[in-house]
Amino acid sequence: MSKQKTYYSQFLLLLVVLILCFFINLSLGSVSIPLKSIFGSLFGSLENNTWEIIIIDYRLPKAITAILVGSGLGISGLLMQTLFRNPLAGPFVLGISSGASLGVALVILGSGLFGGLLTTVLISKWSIVIASSLGSFLVLMAVIAVSSKVRDTMAILIIGLMFGSITAAVVSVLSYFSSAEQLQQYIFWGFGSLSNLSWQDLLIFFGIYTIGIILSIASIKGLNSLLLGDNYAKSLGLNLKQNRLILILATSLIAGTITAFAGPIAFIGLAIPHLTRQIFKTSNHKILLPAVFLFGAIVMLICDSIAQIPGSDYTLPINAITALIGAPVVIWLLVRQRKMIF
Amino acid sequence: MNIDTKNIILKAENLSIGYKTKKAKFIVASNINFELQQGQLIGLVGANGIGKSTLLRTLIKVQPTLSGSILLNGNVLESINTLDLAKQLSIVLTEPLSSKNLTVYELVALGRHPYTNWIGNLTKNDADVINNALDLVNISGLKDKRCYELSDGQLQKVMLARALAQDTDIIVLDEPTTHLDMYHKAYILKLLQKLTKETGKTILFSSHEIDLAIQLCDSMIVMKADKVIYNAPCNLISSGVFESLFPKDLIAFDSKTGSFRVNK
Repeated sequence: MSKQKTYYSQFLLLLVVLILCFFINLSLGSVSIPLKSIFGSLFGSLENNTWEIIIIDYRLPKAITAILVGSGLGISGLLMQTLFRNPLAGPFVLGISSGASLGVALVILGSGLFGGLLTTVLISKWSIVIASSLGSFLVLMAVIAVSSKVRDTMAILIIGLMFGSITAAVVSVLSYFSSAEQLQQYIFWGFGSLSNLSWQDLLIFFGIYTIGIILSIASIKGLNSLLLGDNYAKSLGLNLKQNRLILILATSLIAGTITAFAGPIAFIGLAIPHLTRQIFKTSNHKILLPAVFLFGAIVMLICDSIAQIPGSDYTLPINAITALIGAPVVIWLLVRQRKMIF
Repeated sequence: MNIDTKNIILKAENLSIGYKTKKAKFIVASNINFELQQGQLIGLVGANGIGKSTLLRTLIKVQPTLSGSILLNGNVLESINTLDLAKQLSIVLTEPLSSKNLTVYELVALGRHPYTNWIGNLTKNDADVINNALDLVNISGLKDKRCYELSDGQLQKVMLARALAQDTDIIVLDEPTTHLDMYHKAYILKLLQKLTKETGKTILFSSHEIDLAIQLCDSMIVMKADKVIYNAPCNLISSGVFESLFPKDLIAFDSKTGSFRVNK
């Protein structure tokens, strides 16, 4: 008589909602395309060539990006919250996103310093991806190095915020010495965007993302024992150092590539794990991890659909939408429940 | 291996405990010797700050030894890897849980981690061990409750059940009776005694409940400023060990009743 609760109905519901959101996302935009034609263009029986180009080359990669970004940020937030045993942890609060921003800033803004021919080589998509992943990895390593000396988890969060401030300062110094064009390029990157990815970019993105997800899935058991605290986890046979390194590697790979391809997207990483815990009411990562995946993807698709402002030619920065829509939802949920489940 | 050594689960030889920094060693206690036998209940007592927690932390390999050796089932503690250690020694600490959102069953099930596969799936055997552990400490009725809904006494029993589910030769508990009322203090220690008898496990606990420990333990480790003594409670009383445990200005040990009295 196993008492492990299963959540099949919730998972089924989330999956249906995800598929629904996916197709709604495909149909909405400056040109509204009926669902029937979407299926038509996806499965090859075309009747309208323009629509097919819009769907295949623009909206489909964007929707897939949204799914990867939402699920990836949610999962990296979950990993950080368990690793640091702090409900406030997330890629942003710990300075991981700022680290990625710093890497990108060095490439975009700092390329002026190298000048001439190098510039075009440096601002390829690859260099931005590498710089951003490297930036997030280095900041996370620094946070971990400090956290092994400081036992108080609150102090670690403050240190993460300080790293964030330092990178922000370096970015502003860099931007002071950059040309207007470079600055504009960096600021647009900072707005966050899901729509700049070609199919080829998406393949690279998906590859790195998958490695991160596999590492996360491999750590599920370790994550569960970390819920008891470091000493208990160790007494259960967990190799703390190795486990910590894998979690950091997974987070920086996921959060780093997302920030590289889609810009620093706020809120999702912190909020999705909390929203998921409110619905699933469990701390078991075997359930939380897939739930966060589905939930993050759904929220990101909804945010992207709103950012398009259906029927108009405008596209709002995705970064603004995630915070505008999401933050009040989190506040409302927490006020209603009066208690943070962690 | 002869029968004598087979029954000894945990053994300390000329053990020195304390803290090491780059510059100096800070010795908390030294010349510690004891042999904990299978199926025994052992109490560790001593004044505040005397080094009870340091000793326990050293015994569970959280902290390195300064000198001397600790043998667990005949093997040097330092040489046992984390996973093998997890199958031989389980712990109940005073530190609070990181997450209290787990159900009692989930928490006790975590004790099976050293035995489960890479993702932590529970087999039929695991489920039996977990249910048995819940039964042994009488908390089967609580298994769907969440840890934040429990009282301190219930939570302590849950943590004990988790250690039992880990199915180790020895369980080490750091002050399992703090924050509990008088009844639950006696209840927990009596439960520990029952468990040693029923499961044949060795249980070592530190406590400030000296009178209860004297009544229930098979043997005791008494830590004093100058030395650490290991013996059966009745021998400890007759040799007058408890009289000098605390400064004599406030309380005195009454060897007839085996308890401390406040000086009138």
